[in-house]
Amino acid sequence: MPGSPSEPHEPSEPYEPSEPYESAAPYEPSEPYDLAVIGAGPAGLAGAVTACELGLSVAVLDAAPQTGGQYFRHPAPGLGAARPQALHHDWSEFTALRGRFEASGVTHLPHHHVWTVRPPDGDGIWTVHALTGPDAHGGTPARVRARTILLATGAYERQLPFPGWTLPGVIGAGGAQAMLKSGLVLPGRRIVVAGSGPLLLAVASSLAAAGARVPAVVEASGYLGYARRPYALAAGPHKLLEAAVHGSALLRHRTPLRTRSAVTEAHGTDRVEAVTVSRLDRAWRPVPGTGRRIACDALAVGHGLVPQTELATGLGCATRRTPDGTHALALDALQESSVPGLWAAGETGGTGGWDLARTEGELAGIAVAARLRGLPALTRSRRARALARRRDRLRAFADVMAAAHAPGPGWTAWLPDDTDVCRCEEVTAGSIRGAAGALGARDARTVKLLTRAGMGWCQGRMCGAAVACLAAEGGRGGGRGDGAGGGAEGGTAQGTVPPSAERRPLAVPVPLGALADLPEESGRPGPPTDGPTADG
Amino acid sequence: MPLSNSPGVSDARDLIVVGAGVVGAACAYYAARSGLTVTVLDRGPVAGGTTGAGEGNLLVSDKEPGPELELALLSSRLWQELAEELPAGIEYEAKGGLVVASDAAGTAALRKFAAAQAEAGVTAEEVPADRLHDLEPHLAPGLGGGFHYPQDAQVQPALAAAHLLRASGARVRTGEEVTAVLTGAHGEVRGVRTTAGDLHAPHVVNAAGTWGGDVARLAGAHLPVLPRRGFVLVTEPLPRVVRHKVYAADYVADVASGSAALQTSAVVEGTPAGPVLIGASRERVGFDRTLSVEVLRRLAAQATELFPVLAKVRAIRTYAGFRPYLPDHLPAIGPDPRVPGLLHACGHEGAGIGLAPATGALIAAALTGRQPPVPLAPFRPDRFGPDRFGSDRFGSA
Amino acid sequence: MARDRNPADLVGADPGPPFEITFDGSAVTALPGQSVAAALWGAGILAWRTTRNGGRPRGAFCGIGQCYDCLATVNGEPNRRACLVPARPGDTVTTQEGHGHAGLAV
Repeated sequence: MPGSPSEPHEPSEPYEPSEPYESAAPYEPSEPYDLAVIGAGPAGLAGAVTACELGLSVAVLDAAPQTGGQYFRHPAPGLGAARPQALHHDWSEFTALRGRFEASGVTHLPHHHVWTVRPPDGDGIWTVHALTGPDAHGGTPARVRARTILLATGAYERQLPFPGWTLPGVIGAGGAQAMLKSGLVLPGRRIVVAGSGPLLLAVASSLAAAGARVPAVVEASGYLGYARRPYALAAGPHKLLEAAVHGSALLRHRTPLRTRSAVTEAHGTDRVEAVTVSRLDRAWRPVPGTGRRIACDALAVGHGLVPQTELATGLGCATRRTPDGTHALALDALQESSVPGLWAAGETGGTGGWDLARTEGELAGIAVAARLRGLPALTRSRRARALARRRDRLRAFADVMAAAHAPGPGWTAWLPDDTDVCRCEEVTAGSIRGAAGALGARDARTVKLLTRAGMGWCQGRMCGAAVACLAAEGGRGGGRGDGAGGGAEGGTAQGTVPPSAERRPLAVPVPLGALADLPEESGRPGPPTDGPTADG
Repeated sequence: MPLSNSPGVSDARDLIVVGAGVVGAACAYYAARSGLTVTVLDRGPVAGGTTGAGEGNLLVSDKEPGPELELALLSSRLWQELAEELPAGIEYEAKGGLVVASDAAGTAALRKFAAAQAEAGVTAEEVPADRLHDLEPHLAPGLGGGFHYPQDAQVQPALAAAHLLRASGARVRTGEEVTAVLTGAHGEVRGVRTTAGDLHAPHVVNAAGTWGGDVARLAGAHLPVLPRRGFVLVTEPLPRVVRHKVYAADYVADVASGSAALQTSAVVEGTPAGPVLIGASRERVGFDRTLSVEVLRRLAAQATELFPVLAKVRAIRTYAGFRPYLPDHLPAIGPDPRVPGLLHACGHEGAGIGLAPATGALIAAALTGRQPPVPLAPFRPDRFGPDRFGSDRFGSA
Repeated sequence: MARDRNPADLVGADPGPPFEITFDGSAVTALPGQSVAAALWGAGILAWRTTRNGGRPRGAFCGIGQCYDCLATVNGEPNRRACLVPARPGDTVTTQEGHGHAGLAV
């Protein structure tokens, strides 16, 4: 590519199978890349390919061994899948993107788990710190330097706890999908799918196609929200088509869809044996007397997706609140965050599906190239304008979907005090309510300090949404007593989950030995400001 | 605990404490025990500032003889009482401290330091190099020796603050920022104005920690509190691998230093919940909360040097806090002669959790006209500038 | 009929030769490319850890490496994320009790 502003690069050290951390010097970075992309899903791939095709040197770091991210997660080569498309819509579009990526000369760094991104320190070069290996357990720490960053870290699933949700056989809906797509396995033979959001239909039809019986799909909202915004709906025909395909697949597998209902308890001792499904009122409070037991040997459950933003919030990037109550990165019209030099694409900026992710990635790739090559006209090209329009249309549609599936404030009424909310630290709803009541905690961080909810291995990713709700209720729990709590004013802000503002300065656990072996940074003082802070 | 956020003018009766950290909580607790009616205000949540970022050190071992050590020894006794009075949830552990030196020269320096402390009432037992592993089996080999300080202890600071507040019976109003200190015709304190309205009381205690200088300024008083940043690394849950609070001898020198530059000296300790906590770094970089990889590198290197077994253990979390630093490393405690009715209880730097009960007891004594349990003079809040609207002689460094 | 289908058939899988790992001493058959968690699921095993306070059984939950519920002791090393770690011939997986570091206790 003519005018490439930098030299070619050494590829990353090949990864050797991981052992527990043994002291090993991190390899020194090569020349800085023009762009480091974090995440090899549709957003990251599209951004990387686009930037590379516009003359930039690009590295893509991703935790997984293969490209595709969560949506296009697919079996490892050893499984010899002849028809991976059977588990994916749009598979051919992905393989086309992957083909471009592989032909592009972008450096792919698989098995790289990024634990922090540090901003430029006068030299204009960002540093991405990663741990290598399949699970970041051992392996060699890696540093990648780059002039710009594109965050395409995707999302993880939001969970709203209920009694029995920690039983083996209860798994995330996205988790069931991921295990099926990558490992070709099912958690059981008779799997209830529950929660809220469009992912549920996709999961149910995949599980059914793979041979599971799905006795019910249980959706907490009513899909009525879609109808209130016909304009945005009309703008997302692809989504509707997708839903129709899933719907017909479900019909073919004789799976009933129960809307305005939730699994309010999972039963079993050492694994799930049945679930209770209850009707919900408009605020998502279970309607007394409506519980029905459904036998099953697994439950796949989830309530939409939470953008994975901690690498950016640690840098001070501004966030916005999404219509379903999560925090996403606030981005400008060209996908740049509030911190110059850091762009984001895909679910990091709000859940919206793979097509939106790809569109945003491509737009970000153009914007980065325009900045680094000093060609602002690139961002005003016909291509960029078309991408921006497409992005706006898909984003509007995504917002309607998110609003339609936003958790109602009454859901905590199905959460009794003895249910563990924090899976890692085994903190019950009762102790969280106690901290939010008698001890005066009013936010997730204070609850964490007082109860350890969110202090464990997952750092609040699984319990964060629930803890934020309980904290905001100030100890007036719906689960205490006979449903006395949790009215519209007794719950959280109407119809939404308060976003958890937790920070995770370490995005991945890091062995102390790996930290100790980092190269010394001599005398790099922080900014010499005595400015105000939000605390105090 | 009564909670209220109603706007308008209200009467706090006797005392308003600004700051719901551990020092404010202790002031409320001891004032209430003296029969005063207390309202605690904080613009953030309970333990939302430096308390929530603390390790919960209750140390006498790191203090040289002098007023701070007197305060620490009093606090040590008061924490033992509190451990009986408050719920077990505060996680009080009389675990003792172990200070280790890397060589014979370091051990000699420790011996001299401990001898002086012993005269001031500190219990310190020398641990020869070959006995260190009886106390801490995972300590690195080849250390020079150390000293065991049985009076050192630990609490979980946020829980300690929350339980102190609850036990105080004080009215607690969080999320309410003080925007003005109300004064009468003769400059005496009449209460405070907050984002929710006016609150009247004849006494206001500034327990705003690192932000205590701002509250003092609202009352027209100069108090040069500056932030001194520290990071803590938190490991994955472990069984008890570290029994004491263990730190290297150079920690003492770092604590006493006034340098703005980065200093790190590992303080390693287990917790009842499982994780090992690793401090302590000190640097004056304002209120910058962003991660410093270099600080983490140094803390990890020093911790794994003390406890090689930790090299394979993973850090799952880190956080920064801002110690309230005053230029002479002593807190400001007691009535402010420049503003009648205003008292200060802030500037404890890294020792606020440990010194909180003694601070609360001193404030309560001052409010009720009793003899203070230790002399107040060294902690005089006006020692950095006597004039009420004085210049910022010790202004930001 | 749906019940006769399975995931491998659905994608036309023709995996490499299966191999054995052990779970708590019992043989488990794994396929090349499967994670430890997938291999265990394939054998109908859903739990391979007990919690450190309540001693409750846990296994894979989020399936994408975010929840750390699937921590397992693999070849003697505790706290491996079973949903990410590829199964290799001869791996020994044991139920992890609590933090998995009992040997470090003093």
